[in-house]
Amino acid sequence: MAATQRQTIPGTTIFDGEQAAKGYALNRMCYSFNDAANRKAFLSDEDAYCARYGLSKEQRAAIGHRNVLELIAAGGNIYYLAKFAGLFGLSVQDVGAQQTGMTVEEFKAKLAQAGR
Amino acid sequence: MAQIVGYVGTSHVPSIGNAIARNLQEDAYWKPFFDGFPEARKWVDKVRPDVIVLFYNDHGLNFFLDKMPTFAVGAAPRYANADEGWGLPNFGSYRGYPELSWHIIEQLVEDEFDPVSCQEMVVDHAFAIPLKLLWPEGTGDIRVVPIAINTVQHPLPSARRCLKLGQSVGRAIASWPEHLNVLVMGTGGLSHQLDGQRAGFINRTFDEICLNKLVAEPEALTGYTTTELVDLAGTQGVEVLNWIAARGALDGHIREVHRNYHVPISNTAAALLVLENQV
Repeated sequence: MAATQRQTIPGTTIFDGEQAAKGYALNRMCYSFNDAANRKAFLSDEDAYCARYGLSKEQRAAIGHRNVLELIAAGGNIYYLAKFAGLFGLSVQDVGAQQTGMTVEEFKAKLAQAGR
Repeated sequence: MAQIVGYVGTSHVPSIGNAIARNLQEDAYWKPFFDGFPEARKWVDKVRPDVIVLFYNDHGLNFFLDKMPTFAVGAAPRYANADEGWGLPNFGSYRGYPELSWHIIEQLVEDEFDPVSCQEMVVDHAFAIPLKLLWPEGTGDIRVVPIAINTVQHPLPSARRCLKLGQSVGRAIASWPEHLNVLVMGTGGLSHQLDGQRAGFINRTFDEICLNKLVAEPEALTGYTTTELVDLAGTQGVEVLNWIAARGALDGHIREVHRNYHVPISNTAAALLVLENQV
């Protein structure tokens, strides 16, 4: 099915060619965090590091805000964004809580509830 | 001739790696998950595979979005686990089997698949954690063939295509001239969604359907479109494609040896399924 014909799922962004193209610079920067030296370089001079990867204004702002929904809107893919979140020791529960507007405890309770 | 002794499907949630490193197997949160594995380990020790063919998805370690293959087959003499950026322990490296890898690639291309072949390949948590769960002391002399499926960037291969991929791998194994016991594995899932306002989505009912169909009737899962899989299993729950692909390789009489299902592990519905392939 062509991307344009895909049905939408509430609260969900399909990471397709359009998102991948939009998010390329952002995801490329996050991919670089596989390397410990790059993680250190980002943390010591965030502005310079972002400039090196040519982030768009929207992407740079979303990185500054540490805001996952903004990062996804700017083309970020969650697997790459997880490497960014990892810089700050954030888990996928922290990331889930932020996106759903819950506390981390509320988000964990929601997950536990799904198992019952 | 080589024969497929069976199948293991398991989740590959990254935090399992940290739980292993910190010896949390008896911790109340982790116990219901880890308790699924002694039975599976007992079975793999009984069938003693010589080779593991493992279907998984790479999460931005070996592949970046600059070149993103739909299907990739490792053909390296050795595969190392490597830093993914979020502080997992390193799981070491695995012995490859390039001759068998190329035999599989030959069969896939003959069957009109067009895989990327990788003579150098690092493997991420989706490969390393399932093997660590089954072989806590390491896989030793057991050789591995990694097969990576794109479940990250849409368009993804369909469930139908993935099942056919596995069937082709099964034909390759059946035509390998030497005696080998082969275990096929599919990793990831089951239902979960990490991203968006729907983060935390889990679908127990659909997971149970998947597990039951994987045992008895995998073709029934090929009716779902990718969008339907995202809707029913979550954006990352589409990793069930790896399970479906691996299941395609089995063509004997199937006996369910063991299963376990526990919610949640991290943001995920964690599952384990062990099938014996009686030829």
